[in-house]
Amino acid sequence: MSKAQALLNWIDDRFPLTALWKEHVSEYYAPKNFNFWYFFGSLAMLVLVIQIVSGIFLTMNYKPDASQAFQSVEYIMRDVEGGWLIRYIHSTGASMFFIVVYLHMFRGLLYGSYRKPRELLWLFGVVIYLCLMAEAFFGYLLPWGQMSYWGAQVIVNLFGAIPFIGEPLAVWIRGDYVISDATLNRFFAFHVIAIPLALLGLVVAHLLALHEVGSNNPDGIEIKKRKDASGKPLDGIPFHPYYTIKDTVGVVVFLAVFSFIVFFTPEMGGYFLEHNNFIPADSLKTPPHIAPVWYFTPYYAMLRAVPAFLHTQFWGVAVMGAAVLIFFFLPWLDRSPVKSIRYKGPYYKIALTLFVISFLILGWLGTQPTDFLGRIGKTEWAVLLARLFTLVYFAFFLAMPWYSRLDKTKPEPERVTG
Amino acid sequence: MADPKIDGGKRRILLVTTGVLGGIATVATAAPFLASMLPSARARAAGAPVEVDISKVEPGMMIRPEWRGQPIFVVHRTPEMLEDVKKMDPRVADPDSDASIQPEYAKNEYRSRKPEFLVLIGICTHLGCSPSDKLLAGAESGLGSDWLGGFFCPCHGSKFDLAGRVFKDVPAPTNLKVPPYKFVGDTRLLIGDDKGAQG
Repeated sequence: MSKAQALLNWIDDRFPLTALWKEHVSEYYAPKNFNFWYFFGSLAMLVLVIQIVSGIFLTMNYKPDASQAFQSVEYIMRDVEGGWLIRYIHSTGASMFFIVVYLHMFRGLLYGSYRKPRELLWLFGVVIYLCLMAEAFFGYLLPWGQMSYWGAQVIVNLFGAIPFIGEPLAVWIRGDYVISDATLNRFFAFHVIAIPLALLGLVVAHLLALHEVGSNNPDGIEIKKRKDASGKPLDGIPFHPYYTIKDTVGVVVFLAVFSFIVFFTPEMGGYFLEHNNFIPADSLKTPPHIAPVWYFTPYYAMLRAVPAFLHTQFWGVAVMGAAVLIFFFLPWLDRSPVKSIRYKGPYYKIALTLFVISFLILGWLGTQPTDFLGRIGKTEWAVLLARLFTLVYFAFFLAMPWYSRLDKTKPEPERVTG
Repeated sequence: MADPKIDGGKRRILLVTTGVLGGIATVATAAPFLASMLPSARARAAGAPVEVDISKVEPGMMIRPEWRGQPIFVVHRTPEMLEDVKKMDPRVADPDSDASIQPEYAKNEYRSRKPEFLVLIGICTHLGCSPSDKLLAGAESGLGSDWLGGFFCPCHGSKFDLAGRVFKDVPAPTNLKVPPYKFVGDTRLLIGDDKGAQG
C-alpha cells in the first residue's frame, strides 16, 4: 500500500472523504446528453467563488463610513496595488452572476427542470435568486455614489409602501429617517457576511437536492428509470471525469469573456457601472435620470408602469414583488404531460418566446426615462409598452395551467436522444 | 414507548415546556438585536429645526435648504404662479389635500401659511426621489405646452403643481408633504418647528 493510500485510509476512518467524493462526483451519474445550457450551474458556482475572493480583498481597503466610503473606493482604484483590477473583477462579477443565473433559470424553463421530483430543487434556486438580488442591492450602496444613494432610497421606500407597517419598517431598515451612515454600515454587514453565509448554505442545499433527485436533461426524461445490472443508469455517465472536463471548457470560454470585460470595458457603457455613480452621494439632489443596474430593470419597468390607485403606490410594489415570487409557483402551474420543450407543443413554445421577449423589452424600458418614446395623449408610450409586457409576463405564468394542458405534445422517447 | 417504567405523559410535558421556554428565550434574545437596528439616540436627536433666511429669495425663485437630511423646497410664488395653482384644480388628484400630509395651517388652497411662500419636503411621495423644479410654465420645461409650472420627479415621472399637489395618473399617490414651519419676523423661516406661530 502506497503512502498516499495509507493517508487516505487514515482520513477515511475519521471523515467520509472518499465516500463524499464518490457520492457527489466520481459516482454521481448525470445524463449523457447535457448540452450548452448545462454550463451555467457550474459557472454560477465559479462566479460565487470569484465574488467571495475578490470581495475579501476589497474589504481590506474599503471603509463603510458615509464620509469615507466614496474616497476609499477611489483609493482602491488609484492607490492600492492592483486595486483597480480587484474592484473591476468584483463589479464585473456582479453582472456576470446575473447573466449566468438568468441563463441557468432559462434552461430550467426550456427543459422543465422545475417539474416533479425537482420542485424543492427549484424552490432552493428561487431563494438563491432572491438572496442574490439582496446581495447585489446591499453591495450597490457601498461605493456611496449618487446611484448608490438614490437607488437605495427608492428600494427601501418600496417597503415603505406596504400598508400600515411600511413606514416604521423602512425606518428600521435604514436605521434613520433617510439613507445615512447607519444605513451604509448595516448594508456593509449584510453584504459581506449575512447574505453570503445564507447563499453558501443555500448552494449546498441546492446541490444536495440535485444529487438526491438526479439531474434533468434536454429530453426531460428520468434516466433512473432504466438501469443496467449493476444499478447504474444506462444513459448516465459519472460526473467526473466526463462533466468536470466538459465544464472546464465552459470555464475557459467564460473566463476569456470575463477577462475581456474586466480589461477593456469594465463599465460596459454605463450598464455594469453607472456613470452617475462616479459622483459622490448627495442627499439633496436626485440625478436627472435614475435607473437601477440592468439586472433589476425588468422589475423596475413594471414598478413604473403601475399608477397609484386609492392614494397608495402599493400596487406597483405588489406587482413588482409578485413578478419575482411567482417563480416559486412554477412547478405547480405547469400541467403538461411532458417536461422538455422538445416534446411540448406550439402553445408552450409561443408562450416562452413571448415571455423572454417581454422580459428583455421590460429590461430595456427600465433603463430608459419614461418619456423617451414620446407620449400619446397624456400617457408615455414607454409606460403603455411596459404595461403591455407586464401583462404578457404574468400571462406566461397565470395562463400556464390551461395552455400547458391543452398543448399538443409529442411522446417522450424511452431513452435520451443525445 | 410501551415500556411501563417510562412515564410518557411526563416526558411530553417536560419536552414541551423546555421547547416553549427555549422559544421564548430565543425571541427575547432576538429583540435587542432587532431593536439595535432602529434609529439610534444620535440619529433621533439630529432632527433639530433649521432656520433659513428668505429675504434674498426673489419672486419666482426657489431655494433648497436641508432639514433632517432631506431637501426642503422653499418657493417664492409670483401672483401669476398663484393664478396657475388655481387653474390646476381639475388636473390634480387631491386638490383639497384631503389624503395628503401637511400641518393644519397648510391645508388650504395654496398649501402654505403665506400664499407667496411655498414650503415643501422635496421628497417624492412615490419612492423618495427628490423631484426637479420646473417652475416655469410652457413647453421649454420639456413637459408639454400645457405645463403650468411645478415639480417633476425624474425617477418615475410623477408631476406636482406649484402647490406640491400631485397630478392625476402618475405613480405618486399623494401631494408632496409640507413640513412644520413658521415665519420668524419677515425674513426668516424656521423649518421643523411651528409652536406658537400665528396664522
